[in-house]
Amino acid sequence: MAESSGKNGAEKQLVELETVAIRFAGDSGDGMQLTGDRFTNAAAIAGNDLSTFPDFPAEIRAPVGTLAGVSGFQINFSSKDIHTPGDAVDVLVAMNPAALKTSIVDLKSGGIIIANVDNFGQKNLAKAGYESNPLEDEEFKGNYDIHEVKITSMTRQALEDMELQSNLADRCKNFFALGLMYWMYSRPLDPTKQWIEEKFGKRPEFVQANTRALEAGFFFGENTEVFTSNYIVREATYPPGKYRNISGNVALAYGFIAATKKMGINLFWGAYPITPASDVLHELSRHKNFGVQTFQAEDEIAAVSAALGASFTGSLGVTCSSGPGIALKAEAMGLGVMTELPMVIANIQRGGPSTGLPTKTEQADLLQVMFGRNSESPLPIVAAATPGDCFWTAIEASRLAVKYMTPVVVLSDGYLANGSEPWLLPKAEDIPEMPVTYRTDPEGFLPYLRDPETMARPWAIPGTPGLEHRIGGIEKEDQTGNVNYEPENHEFMVRTRDEKIAGIAKDIPPAEVIGEESGKVLVIGWGGTFGAITAAIEALQARGASVSQVHLRHLNPFPANLEEVLGNFEKILVPELNLGQLSKMLRYQYLVDTISFNKIQGKPFKVGELITKIEELL
Amino acid sequence: MSTTTAKNGGGLGLTRKDFQSDQVVRWCPGCGDYAILAQMQKVLPTLEIPREKFVFVSGIGCAARFPYYMDTFGFHTIHGRAPAFATGVKVSNPDLSVWVISGDGDALSIGGNHLIHSMRRNVGVKIILFNNRVYGLTKGQYSPTSLLGSRTKSTPTGSVDYPLHPLTLALGAECSFVARTTDRDQKHMASMFEEMANHEGTSLLEVLQNCIVFNDGAWHKFTEKGMKEQNVMYLEDGQPLVYGPEDNRKGISLDDYKVRVVEADSPDVTVHRVDDEAGGYAHILSRVELEGGPVPLGVLRKVERPPFEGLMGDQVAAAQAKGEGDIDTLLNSGDTWEHH
Repeated sequence: MAESSGKNGAEKQLVELETVAIRFAGDSGDGMQLTGDRFTNAAAIAGNDLSTFPDFPAEIRAPVGTLAGVSGFQINFSSKDIHTPGDAVDVLVAMNPAALKTSIVDLKSGGIIIANVDNFGQKNLAKAGYESNPLEDEEFKGNYDIHEVKITSMTRQALEDMELQSNLADRCKNFFALGLMYWMYSRPLDPTKQWIEEKFGKRPEFVQANTRALEAGFFFGENTEVFTSNYIVREATYPPGKYRNISGNVALAYGFIAATKKMGINLFWGAYPITPASDVLHELSRHKNFGVQTFQAEDEIAAVSAALGASFTGSLGVTCSSGPGIALKAEAMGLGVMTELPMVIANIQRGGPSTGLPTKTEQADLLQVMFGRNSESPLPIVAAATPGDCFWTAIEASRLAVKYMTPVVVLSDGYLANGSEPWLLPKAEDIPEMPVTYRTDPEGFLPYLRDPETMARPWAIPGTPGLEHRIGGIEKEDQTGNVNYEPENHEFMVRTRDEKIAGIAKDIPPAEVIGEESGKVLVIGWGGTFGAITAAIEALQARGASVSQVHLRHLNPFPANLEEVLGNFEKILVPELNLGQLSKMLRYQYLVDTISFNKIQGKPFKVGELITKIEELL
Repeated sequence: MSTTTAKNGGGLGLTRKDFQSDQVVRWCPGCGDYAILAQMQKVLPTLEIPREKFVFVSGIGCAARFPYYMDTFGFHTIHGRAPAFATGVKVSNPDLSVWVISGDGDALSIGGNHLIHSMRRNVGVKIILFNNRVYGLTKGQYSPTSLLGSRTKSTPTGSVDYPLHPLTLALGAECSFVARTTDRDQKHMASMFEEMANHEGTSLLEVLQNCIVFNDGAWHKFTEKGMKEQNVMYLEDGQPLVYGPEDNRKGISLDDYKVRVVEADSPDVTVHRVDDEAGGYAHILSRVELEGGPVPLGVLRKVERPPFEGLMGDQVAAAQAKGEGDIDTLLNSGDTWEHH
């Protein structure tokens, strides 16, 4: 479908598209994350379904113009239901040659390139490792729809009479690029203008400069004959209701706030700065009106220790980090297991081992949280599947922690943490009530006398008369909790702690099969691969393939029906962004011959990769 | 004085017995820890604080077993991290009287980081550092306070690293209450506990404590009759720095940043003051014994600063004064849209 638009004589075609993926790429100082964020907001307001993938270097400002310094933001938006940021992009906005070079592999054949040619001089081409300008290469030109735009100089021109220093003017060039993309995809400017006003209100010259750059980009698209058409992606048909765009880290923070509010207890957050987990700390530190206490500790160990101390005192202590930090917390997590106190440890996974790939995603810490402590030290593990699901995962982890008096691990990852999606806002009333009762009655009180159903010990907090007692890391006697080194008691206590965690299987929903209950291939995944696996499965099921999907939220214990589910399929495929960690767990627990499909590149799965692999098995 | 009120049981009717747990105390016979435990159990009933408000937090080591013997709330945690656990406890409920029991290995070696940061934050916890200059529980290795050349199981030919001085470290970490006592001076120890109990913010008390098995006599110079008189100087706020037996009183002058032993009636004798905001005076005082002077016992420094948990609580209260958090308001904040 097409209709005419345009002003000032430039007649344009308005073309309707179903799904578009755009990547904004530039130097890490070019404001690409902000640009992507604003474009995302515009797509959300337009009612598109969307999925985003920010991808940035670990260095704050890597040398300008180099490949290492490229910061990218990919958004996929659609008038239909989508699950991933897109395997390949339709449009690449490249602010310099390095951005072009790193992203060109992901641009579809025939895709649109908007290149800021002001930055395509010899020096920048050389920094990106180009011997000659690819934009002038005939073969390259034949493969793509290239638009050379003087983004920097046109931004400067637009701000000419403002007497800004040229570096300030140049910092507005991302808004020019944004304005141009708004024109291309028929987005209104007003919400962004309003946002600029709010964001830079205290510096009127910034408001004016950024607004002008935005408008200049928009009008450039509208008025030049270079662009013969622009596009519209209509509202998606997802369930009606009130939405917001949410990232995994913000959703996680909200989840813990909501859980503790529902419990009527205090949230204590102990954390040490680490990528990609710090944003959760930042978010929570803004919500002190909920009574949230955020403690930026001197190190990872102090963060978890203070959290456990807070849990002992009746707060829900939570600590949040990434793999390297979780490694440091292991001993205190073990103390949490021994003292049977409610605590949540959130691991926003990143590429490893060691420092690894701090800003890139991976899901290779499952076995770390499952086994990475001395001796028999079981604890429940729950994993989030989408950015919005981080909210519900936080609530589930908090519920289990308090109900079963145990540390619980939440697994998220860099992709979920920074990526975002439209999120149907839950209402407070949709969140189950989880009232907490501390022990207050001294009559018959013993620190390790267990609830017959949950096997949880009582939560008896300091300040309660008559309940004075001591807990600690030394093995304890059943019921009294007194120090005890007897062999039979130790075995009994080890088995008891194990049984308590295993018993949680009775209290979690059964594994849900998406598709036929039995068949040829079952694809079983966990965590942030949900979107890509779902998209692959939907595509294959639409073609009538015998393939079903299970996506696990609970990784320890597994849902009670999982063994039965696995038995109903000829082949079990386990795609993971690691070397097969869930696969190993399924093998040893169920003696099932799983097939691992692994990718360890710091990047999420592409839907196409999964489809190809599944097809091999069909 | 504490010993009298202890017998009277205090206003809440608590007695020493109320603070003794039913657990058998398992320190070596003759260990200095016994005296510290006994004194603590005598002082707490006098403080007019209900028993359930006391929390004892420890790390790992001989001293760290202390909480098991106190009939209060207690948390025996992991090696070196007690100040961090105690921070979580105190912040969660500032109304509690939170005590950290630690040793020279626990606090100064593996836990050095948590010790300095709890002190600089001025968290309202009371840290008692049992310093015996040796690792006892692991059976006799040298510690961060062992003297250079210490012959121990892990240093049979003598240690080659220099010791650190706990009170100098505490002052460097901006600790708002810094004091020292010995395991042999019951009355003095009790008065130190009382002062700590009443101090807002971090208090650190170094107890020179004897390990009878692995480092016997480490502090005899400061604890035994016939020696301590010449080697110990009791500090009193507003009083001159004087020490020594009645027939041979000496004074300490710290003028010009130098430690000088002078006659007790010399006009050069420095007058002790605990409210040393800048901390320079307290710093030199913490090193008097290293310069040939006596070891100061008592409060070296006591300054008033708002405690960490209070400042944090103020921020929460200020935020809540503008309206308590509501889940629906939170979820609906930011850019939202209706999808039809």
